[in-house]
Amino acid sequence: MSIQIDKNKCISCGKCGNVCPGNLIYNDLQGKAFIKYPEDCWDCTACIKECPAQAIKLYLEEGIGGKGGYLYTSQERKDCLIWHMVDKFGKEKVISINRKVSNAY
Amino acid sequence: MNYKNKTCEIDVLIVGGGTAGCFCALTLAENSGLKVIIAEKANIKRSGCLAAGINAINAYINPGETPESFVEYVKNDSEQVIREDLVYSIAKKLNKTTEKIEQLGLPFLKDDHGNYVQRGKRSIKINGENIKPILAGAIEKKPSITVINKLNIVDYLVKDNKIIGAYGFSIEDRELIAIYARHTVCATGGTSGLYKPNNPNLSRHKMWYSPFNTGAGYAMGIRAGAEMTSFEMRFIALRCKDTIAPTGTIAHGVKVPQINSKGEEYIHKYGKPSTHMRLYATVQENKAGNGPCYLKTKGISKDQQEELFKAYLNMAPSHTLKWLENNSGPASENIEIEGTEPYITGGHSACGYWVDINRKTTLKNLYAIGDVAGGSPKKYVTGCFAEGEIAALSIIKEFKHDRTEKLTEQELKEKFSGITKFLENSKNTCSINLIEKTLQETMDKFAGGISEHYEYSKNRLELAKSELKTLFELTNGLKAGNFHELMLIYEIIDRLYVGKVLIEHLLARQETRWRCYQENTDFPKKDDKNWLKYVNSKYENGEIKIIVRNLVKKDENYEHSN
Repeated sequence: MSIQIDKNKCISCGKCGNVCPGNLIYNDLQGKAFIKYPEDCWDCTACIKECPAQAIKLYLEEGIGGKGGYLYTSQERKDCLIWHMVDKFGKEKVISINRKVSNAY
Repeated sequence: MNYKNKTCEIDVLIVGGGTAGCFCALTLAENSGLKVIIAEKANIKRSGCLAAGINAINAYINPGETPESFVEYVKNDSEQVIREDLVYSIAKKLNKTTEKIEQLGLPFLKDDHGNYVQRGKRSIKINGENIKPILAGAIEKKPSITVINKLNIVDYLVKDNKIIGAYGFSIEDRELIAIYARHTVCATGGTSGLYKPNNPNLSRHKMWYSPFNTGAGYAMGIRAGAEMTSFEMRFIALRCKDTIAPTGTIAHGVKVPQINSKGEEYIHKYGKPSTHMRLYATVQENKAGNGPCYLKTKGISKDQQEELFKAYLNMAPSHTLKWLENNSGPASENIEIEGTEPYITGGHSACGYWVDINRKTTLKNLYAIGDVAGGSPKKYVTGCFAEGEIAALSIIKEFKHDRTEKLTEQELKEKFSGITKFLENSKNTCSINLIEKTLQETMDKFAGGISEHYEYSKNRLELAKSELKTLFELTNGLKAGNFHELMLIYEIIDRLYVGKVLIEHLLARQETRWRCYQENTDFPKKDDKNWLKYVNSKYENGEIKIIVRNLVKKDENYEHSN
């Protein structure tokens, strides 16, 4: 199901479209970002990490284990990327990752 | 209709701003005053294979290992048919390039003595989520490098059998661009999207290799008559079902075995557990009715599980989402694994441009590095860095400030109209999607895809060959409604060229050298007597000519002579 961009949250900064490795995101007539080719999304989350307004969410399609939940990121300090995973009931799990710290695996 | 166009001149043009291309540009900037352009289809900040991140540095000489033992490992794992000289030249640079990326800001796990922490025999632990922004940030600081993002290069500019640059179009600015360069470096990455992928429809790009690497660099080389090597050594990865996320983090990091549905560890039944044999074993278990197969993670600790959630967010975030929204995790459930569709990529297998020790191709003034350069499997990220450095140092050594050669205005105009004809075609005689789908179905059924357990035979390849011929003809009638569709048209044409060459290579190797990668049912055994050779090819006058070459050994430092 790839990404969904919330038009109400989009601040028209263009960063998502700029960074998408597949050139899949364009602006509509109001200047709001939308994913023009959702079936071509790689789920790399480059746009999500780039969005300063938390307007972009990643969904998994039903056929590959999606259950209506979604994921987005926010940034607390410069080096701290916070991942928000929300299930279909709205229950949220937050995982905070310091970009300066290595994986354990 | 007239479209905007421009031409420019530069010392070095690097086509593709991924792992290899970025490192090549940095090396040129740090060791010379040469002016460099990186032509990038998307944006170097997140383009190429490393968009989402990587999970480890997988090519590193750990204590107890040597560059020589690295070559032996790659040779044995790849059934002897590698360019030992190339792999050795990479092996000698792996640790230096690793230190370099650490200096640029990539975080490494270290022990109390400040040494890197090993993950496997040849890998070390990192946080690779931010690797592309780190590389892009370093490039931004170099005034001698100009990055042109959203520029889709479609072909080389050729004069008197010399590569004098490349041309294409800007997707964003809707402009045609020709770049003349004294040296051109191809770093566009390998090919995905040739075969029917694991997942259909809206998840069709939920694949392991970048779906945006569509073989442009190979196709440009093929069309210009460059010699190519070992396309028949396809690469097929063993991955987590559905999300196609990597398995190495768990297999090497947590160290759990692969089991079948009966709970048996099955790998050892099939002989030495090389990369292709672990895949083959899994395919055979499924064929025998013992599937599905799993990574046995059930029972790992909650702490280990939390660390895996993080590790996957740093490279394949959709897998962590899958676990969490299903209220599951590796501690409570084993992870089902499956083989991907075949890819053509020289970073993992040996396919690509036939290059000399300095990464020069057989076309004058053209270098190839990273996934497009053949002969050296298992180079991964640090090996791509090494090749970027090797090419850069060779360019600096050989650079002469002579006059840039150019096409005549008329010749360039003809090149540009080759692009714009797709915008001007009056109506679509066929859709891009239909050609892509037919190509993928054809390769899947007749050239050894997932549905055929990766097996192929001459009869079936002949059918694939004839289908591809039809598809080639259909591309002439494609209509691009905008510059994005123009990019999609070139992506499909490039894949058809790669597919055409791949079929000839699969036909030419009359043995089965690598399980699954090259499973020729007409010749199901490995034949060391006749096939310890490279299968190479050249595209001449519309025909693919096969060239069989003898193996090059470690200290030979091969240079092109014939």
